[in-house]
Amino acid sequence: MNTFLTLLLNGLSLGAIYALIALGFAIIFKASEVVSFMHGSLLLFGAFTIAKLNDSIGFFPAFICGVLATAGVGLLVERLLINRLRGAPLISLSILTIGVDIMMLTELTRRIGSDILNAGHPWGGDFVRIGGIGLTENRLYAMITAAVLIALFFTAFKFSSWGVAMRATAEDGETAALMGIKLGRVSALAWIIGAGLAAVAGLFLVGSPTPGVTPGVHAVALRAFPAAILGGLDSTGGALAGGMIIGIAEAMASGYQEQLLFLGRGFGDVVPYVVMILVLLVRPSGLFGTKELTRV
Amino acid sequence: MLEVEDLRVTYGGAVQALRGITLQVPDGKVVAVLGSNGAGKTTLLRTISGTLKLHRGKIETGTVTFDGRSLGGRDASRIVAGGVVQVPEGRRIFSRLTVEENLRAGGMGSKDKAAKSAAQTRVYDLFPVLADRRTQRGGLLSGGEQQMLAIGRALMAGPKLLLLDEPSLGLAPRIIGQIGEIIREINRQGTSVLLVEQNATMALGVADLAFVLDVGKVSLSGDAAELAKTDAVQRLYLGHGAGDDTAVQQAAARSTKTLSRWTA
Repeated sequence: MNTFLTLLLNGLSLGAIYALIALGFAIIFKASEVVSFMHGSLLLFGAFTIAKLNDSIGFFPAFICGVLATAGVGLLVERLLINRLRGAPLISLSILTIGVDIMMLTELTRRIGSDILNAGHPWGGDFVRIGGIGLTENRLYAMITAAVLIALFFTAFKFSSWGVAMRATAEDGETAALMGIKLGRVSALAWIIGAGLAAVAGLFLVGSPTPGVTPGVHAVALRAFPAAILGGLDSTGGALAGGMIIGIAEAMASGYQEQLLFLGRGFGDVVPYVVMILVLLVRPSGLFGTKELTRV
Repeated sequence: MLEVEDLRVTYGGAVQALRGITLQVPDGKVVAVLGSNGAGKTTLLRTISGTLKLHRGKIETGTVTFDGRSLGGRDASRIVAGGVVQVPEGRRIFSRLTVEENLRAGGMGSKDKAAKSAAQTRVYDLFPVLADRRTQRGGLLSGGEQQMLAIGRALMAGPKLLLLDEPSLGLAPRIIGQIGEIIREINRQGTSVLLVEQNATMALGVADLAFVLDVGKVSLSGDAAELAKTDAVQRLYLGHGAGDDTAVQQAAARSTKTLSRWTA
C-alpha cells in the first residue's frame, strides 16, 4: 500500500510539472491557434540559463532571469514569426515551431556538450517522509509551486480583463478584433506566459531525481504533449487533468515495472503516449476539448 | 462623419467585391445600405471596421475617412478606439462567456473605467433583459436576446458610429420591429448608425438616408422615405407595388419576340 501511495504522490508531483507545460501549450493554442512544438527546447533553454547564471548571481536571481529569458524567447518567436505570418495556414505555423525547436535544441546540445549541468537548487535530493510515503524535496516544491501558479493562472483567466480577452479571442478571433481587443497583444502575452511556465517546469524537471541539465530533458518535456492533447488542446482545465493523468500513469508504470515486465523494460517512457491513444479512441477531441473544433 | 470615396476592394487580388463606391454617413443620421447577396455590403463593412485583412481582402483604390482621419489599413482595435464599432453579421456573441463577460469584452478597447460603467448602465437600460441574465452564458440566450447582446456589446466601446450588419437576420418579424425601435433609440442618444440590411422594409423605416448596392456599385441613393417610393426599390426589395406588373410585361415582351432564321 505504501508503495502505491508513494507512487501516487510521485505521480502527482510529476503531473504538476507536466500540467505547467501543458497549460502553456493550451493557452498558446487558444490565443494563436498554433501548436507550439518548441516547448521542449524552451524548457531546456530555461533550465540551461538558470544553470549557467547560477554560479555568478546565485540561485534565485538566476531563476528569475531564466524565466524572463525564456519568456523573452517566446515573445520573440511570436513577434518575429507567428504574428508576421498571420493569415498563413495554421499548420505551416505549427511546423515552423518544429524548425525553431530543432535550431534551439541543436545549439543548446552543442553548448551543454557531454556535461551534466547543475541547476543549483538550494534544496537537495533529500527525501521528505510523510508517514510511510516519501517524495524528494524537489518534487515537493514542484508541487507547491505548480499549485500556486496554476491557481493564479485560473483566477486571472476567470476574472481579469486579460482572461476575458483571451477567452473571447479563443472563441471568435474576428469578433474579438471587432470589439477592439488587440489580437496581437493577446497572442504575445500567451506566448510569454506559456514560455515562462515552461521555464519553471524546466527548473523542477532537472532537479532530483533527475541528475541535471542534459539534452535528454527535451524528450521528457515532450511527454507533456500527450498530456495537453488528451485533456483537449483548447482546454486549460483539460491541460491540468491531462498533466496529472500522464504523471500518475508514468509513475505507476515505472514503479510497477517488475510486474509489467511482460511489456518490456522502460514501459514508463511509453505510457504517456499509450494513455493518450486510449483516451483519444474514446473521446477524439480529448477529455475537455471542444467537440466542434475546426482548427488545425 | 464617415466618408467613403471611390472605394475598390478585391479579395485575393482577383475577385472584385467593390467597384468604386462612394457614400457618406453624416453625423447623427441613420444610413441604410441595401443590396442582395454578393452586392458587397459585408465587404464594405469589413473595410470600414478594419477586418478586411483577415479575409485576404485589399483596398485597391479609394479612401475611407471618419471625422477626417483615414481608416484604410488601420488595425481593427484602433478603429474601435476611434469610435467606429461593428456589430457582426449573425450576432457572433461569445457563447461560452457570460452576458456580463460579453459586455466586458466589448469595452476592452478603452481603459476609461468611468466611461465603461456608464456604457454598461446604458446597455442595461436599453436592454433590461440582459441585466436579468447577466450571469448566464451567452449561448443560452434566444436569438433576439443574442442580437440585443451583440448590439449592447458594441455599445460598450462608446461608439460615435455604429455599424450593423443585418441585425434582422433569422429573427421573427415582431423581434425585427423591436430591433428597429432600438436602432432609433440608439440614434436618438447621439450615435450615428450605418445599417446594412436585406430587410428593406425595416431598414427604410428606420433610416434617414439609403444607398442601394448592386454588384459592387451604388445603383441608387437618396432620402430613405423617397427611395422607398421608387419603382425600382419597390420591385426589388419591398416585393410589391408596380413591380409585378412590370415583370409580367417584360416576360410578355420577351415571349412575343418571334424566332427568325440566323443568317449572319
